[in-house]
Amino acid sequence: MRRLIPLVTDAPLYLVVSITAAPLLVILFSWWTPVDDIFIHLFKTGLSEVMINTMWLLLGVGIGTTVLGVSLAWFTTTFDFPGRSFFDWALVLPLAIPTYVLAFVSLSLFDRTGPIQQFLWEQGSGVILPPIRSTGGIIWVMTLALYPYVYLFARNGFQTQGVRANEVARSLGKHPMVTLFKITLPMSRPMIISGLMLVLMETLSDFGAVSIFNYDTFTTTIYKAWFSLFSLNAAAKFSSFLVLLVFCLVFLEEAARRRRRYTPADKPPAPVVRTALTGIPRIGVAIYCIIILLFAFIIPVVELFNKASMGFDSFRGGRSAFDLRYLGLLNRSILLATMAALLTTGLGLLLVYSERISAQLAADAPLKTSLLVRFATLGYALPGTILAVGGIMLVTFIDHRLTNGLGITGSLMTGTISAMMLGYLSRFIVLSYNSINVAMVRITPHISEAARSLGATPLRIMRKIQIPLVRGGIFSGALLVFVDVMKEMPITLMTRPFGWDTLAVQIFQFTSEGSWEQAALPSLTLVFLGLIPVILLTRPTRFRH
Amino acid sequence: MILRTNLISMKKIFLRSVCCGVMFVVGSFVVHWPHVLSAANSENEIVVYSARMEQLIKPVFDAYTKKTGVQIRFTTDKEGPLLQRLLSEGANTPADLFITVDAGMLWKAAKEGVLKKVHSPTLTANIPAHLRDPNNQWFGFSIRARTIVYNTKKVRPSDLSTYEALGEPKWKKRLCLRTSKKVYNQSLTAMMIANLGMEQTEKVISSWIKNLATDVFSDDTQVMEAIAGGICDVGIVNSYYYGRLIEKKPNSPLALFWPNQTDRGVHVNITGAGLTKHAKHEKAAILFMEWLSSKEAQNLFADLNLEYPANPTVAPDPKVAQWGTFKQDMINMENAGRLQVDAVKLMDRAGYK
Amino acid sequence: MALIQLANVTKRYPHANMAAVTDVSFSVERGKVLALLGPSGSGKTTLLRLIAGFESPDSGTVLLGGLNMNVPGKVVPTENRKVGMVFQDGGLFPHLTVHQNIAFGLHSLGKLERDKKVSEMLHLVSLSRFGTTYPHELSGGQQQRVALARALAPNPIVLLLDEPFSSLDPDMRTRMREEVHTILRGVGITAILVTHDHEEAFAMADQVAVLNSGRLEQLDTPEMVYHLPQTPFVADFVGSADFIKGEIKSDGAIHTEIGCFQNQQNRDQGADIVVMVRPDDVHLVPDLDGSATIISKQFRGSENLYEISLASGQIVHSSENSLAVYTVGTKVRIELTATHTVVFREDTLTNVLA
Repeated sequence: MRRLIPLVTDAPLYLVVSITAAPLLVILFSWWTPVDDIFIHLFKTGLSEVMINTMWLLLGVGIGTTVLGVSLAWFTTTFDFPGRSFFDWALVLPLAIPTYVLAFVSLSLFDRTGPIQQFLWEQGSGVILPPIRSTGGIIWVMTLALYPYVYLFARNGFQTQGVRANEVARSLGKHPMVTLFKITLPMSRPMIISGLMLVLMETLSDFGAVSIFNYDTFTTTIYKAWFSLFSLNAAAKFSSFLVLLVFCLVFLEEAARRRRRYTPADKPPAPVVRTALTGIPRIGVAIYCIIILLFAFIIPVVELFNKASMGFDSFRGGRSAFDLRYLGLLNRSILLATMAALLTTGLGLLLVYSERISAQLAADAPLKTSLLVRFATLGYALPGTILAVGGIMLVTFIDHRLTNGLGITGSLMTGTISAMMLGYLSRFIVLSYNSINVAMVRITPHISEAARSLGATPLRIMRKIQIPLVRGGIFSGALLVFVDVMKEMPITLMTRPFGWDTLAVQIFQFTSEGSWEQAALPSLTLVFLGLIPVILLTRPTRFRH
Repeated sequence: MILRTNLISMKKIFLRSVCCGVMFVVGSFVVHWPHVLSAANSENEIVVYSARMEQLIKPVFDAYTKKTGVQIRFTTDKEGPLLQRLLSEGANTPADLFITVDAGMLWKAAKEGVLKKVHSPTLTANIPAHLRDPNNQWFGFSIRARTIVYNTKKVRPSDLSTYEALGEPKWKKRLCLRTSKKVYNQSLTAMMIANLGMEQTEKVISSWIKNLATDVFSDDTQVMEAIAGGICDVGIVNSYYYGRLIEKKPNSPLALFWPNQTDRGVHVNITGAGLTKHAKHEKAAILFMEWLSSKEAQNLFADLNLEYPANPTVAPDPKVAQWGTFKQDMINMENAGRLQVDAVKLMDRAGYK
Repeated sequence: MALIQLANVTKRYPHANMAAVTDVSFSVERGKVLALLGPSGSGKTTLLRLIAGFESPDSGTVLLGGLNMNVPGKVVPTENRKVGMVFQDGGLFPHLTVHQNIAFGLHSLGKLERDKKVSEMLHLVSLSRFGTTYPHELSGGQQQRVALARALAPNPIVLLLDEPFSSLDPDMRTRMREEVHTILRGVGITAILVTHDHEEAFAMADQVAVLNSGRLEQLDTPEMVYHLPQTPFVADFVGSADFIKGEIKSDGAIHTEIGCFQNQQNRDQGADIVVMVRPDDVHLVPDLDGSATIISKQFRGSENLYEISLASGQIVHSSENSLAVYTVGTKVRIELTATHTVVFREDTLTNVLA
């Protein structure tokens, strides 16, 4: 009996792990099948270039986001300058813009054929901006889109641990600049690295922005192998290289995470006395912040509005961007996102509960439980492209087995949204898991015990205490998944069945034809949706623990 | 206090809206699910997978629906993903027709066995032989010419002759191209392989790459804007993109040039369609294709995008006609498909991104 | 008959090396307050959880109001035991107001009755103005008072307090101790208090049970526990103590370096024994011929605590009136004012002094 209990309670954990891990395993198992000439061609002509491109991208975006994120966080936490409290939260706003949207807006604005360069050309000013469709250009765009991750983590680090030490160092007569490099940065390093790892994972996963920039990386090559050269198998084999890279990052992140645990990050932020800047630095810092915000958020959004209004009546054939078709896409996107949100929330709850139960029962094996949970939520690190390839292969495989086994022709799951849901689930379950878990942690064992001692039955405890307390976490988790599925591009693009186009798919199609105006309205919709999690991220917490 | 009460009523509103949301989703799900699971529905409809952009195909569908009452449901994507979907859906596919903007993909679809032979005297009569499959598995309904465009202020037409000549040293840093990922360029290269052979074609493509003024662009419009803007002087585009741009910016210093008039002629491609092997509405789909080849539909179909009608008895849009007549490459379109993978690999080798 | 009775209770947690509670028996009379006193890991919280029903004993019986709570196959669950609990962190429901928290256990009452009871309880703990506030808006002491009111509201047969003051500031702790003491006496409820602070136990309880490593070492009134500890562990845990080597001579008295003690426990002559003395039993008199020397002094407000080195090097402590000020180095002699003699065998001392 004792032996059986862990098996039963761990079952949900194993279930979620198998869902998350399945696409990955399928990809690795693709090496069982022979290598085709498409793969050999890609390997010979593409791999080295893709590797070099990816490395440049990781390096450039890594350095760029670190410099931007850390410097902005340092300015807003340490100094006082005009607009500081505004920049404090506004600098997070670029998170609302999907990378691929920022990519096409920047490209349409700053390209050689774009309005700015054309204007300079016509003026004969001789000023030539560096070409944006280049390695530097894509690094610039992705840096602007992703720096808020580093900014958020660094700000958190500076507020919780850096500030007090900073004051001590200052009292010992050190200049703020010296303290930054001697005290603040080293102390916050694990936090900054966590943010950086998120950025690098996003960079590796990105499909939309690099496609728009025609910059060959692993994700675009996988797409090409599947949809231009029709070899799903070669796509899967190529994916496994990317998996290796991702695992390196996960490993680094794990290391950073572990170090973060030993720093007193959980203390509430101390009230901070900021140094007031004077003279040129005072204006300079404000200008620096406004420039970043301009390029990363304000200009793109204004330009989107501008293009969207052009899109309403731009095309021959009299078709405007806003019509029933758009509403249909919106409806479809919302439907998919809601289904995915419900599904991930359900499994997320299951995961949180079974983790608690299994941790209680198996007091001697907390490592096993936490390891299982870690694996179950690993999908966030896997690029959507990989999950799409793995998901489709898995669904096709199961389908063949099922139809052969049942002796029927045709298919049961191919052509349905099952592969797509599998991909979403795998990629986004971590969002609902985390927010439910954070809420669950608030329910200390004493709270449930107090309720029991007051005569409440387990059912009443669940209804009156646990559900009300976790509800907020469930909702915010579901909301995060909802918004992320709305913005999700590669999984949807590669696995959607007939009739399941979304706004993101539409954006991909329009941008690959250079129809910027047509892509603007769906993009604006996504930007507004994207503001929701940003608000969630920056809102004050309601209950103290 | 006031804040608290607000919070509570906000909570109620939130809960109610969530309930509505769930009901909406369940409702929509019930409505959509049958479409996803099976294609078995009304006889009076056709399902189309279209690689032709929505705004260029929907008016045609709408006209047909208005005329006959037949409903047309469709999805659009690039031809690769659409074909991939046809392949993986197999017998379950809801699609009756597969429309592409490229013959190569139709050839590929036929070769993969997802298309079906059509016996229609109307179609064989209306569509010339080089614009349809020798086995009548697919038919072209409009012609798209991929030709040379140049800056009228910097280039005289006499400087130009053939596609191959764009690789000459005098065009160094003066050429603009669109990405090789676009199927138009893959077909252009495939047809060039069919005419000139692999070795010669690779030399030509490499010489183009040496002459590029800047990185390849993601669409033809950008290529022309770059030429008009002085970044480069010549490029290769589909004629209708030129038509669109001139409509929008009539003062652009751009003109089309028809190359290879002394030998094989201008490279043309088709917008075409094929009946899927597992079509659930075969008759309706064939009727629709026959209507597409008729004079009435040909003008609508081609003129919407300033293309040339495939039916030789139908005259192009006057705006198109004023760009002049040209000799077209008469080699059968199936070569575009047969050599497409070779073309992609060749361009990869030549460094054409 | 005792309201709460534990007999030979043993509890071992799975995967733990040793039992949390071993063979513990005690009982509490109606209206009395019992303190379970011991260091962390001594099993005091486990005992509380056994009584509350969060755990079941491996052997032995727990009787509440004469009823066996753990008849095999028919364990009475916590919610049916009518026990009130106050936790170290209060365990308040963060999403409910103070009023709603207190009303939580009163769901069987009608709304009017319930509201009346809640305001009664709020009045009892002097928080009448705070009905609509949320727990996180209250101070730590206020939160604990709400927890107390919530636990008392359903009229439990016993109130269980699990280190209720340990998360409070020291000065707040003393004030709360007095307030809660007054409330408990006023209500006349039977209560069990878990604590590791002997002063808290002495101040609040009628009876103190001292626990060590899951075993009950002594159950007595606070005075007896302090003055007549039965084991060296108890002696050391409930206050500072010095242990001085002694010898039982033929006259029957115990001779030590600081004087003679009566052999109240009739120990055998010649045994290796030590005598426990508390600082307040030791009085020092300055004496130039004295063999002892003051080596340090700590001012403690109402008293001065002196550390004295005897001729043999043995250290004893003495607490003197704060007006009796002597400088370090002063030669002194020792006078004893003890009424009880507490003697242990020397070999039982090792684990205390270690």
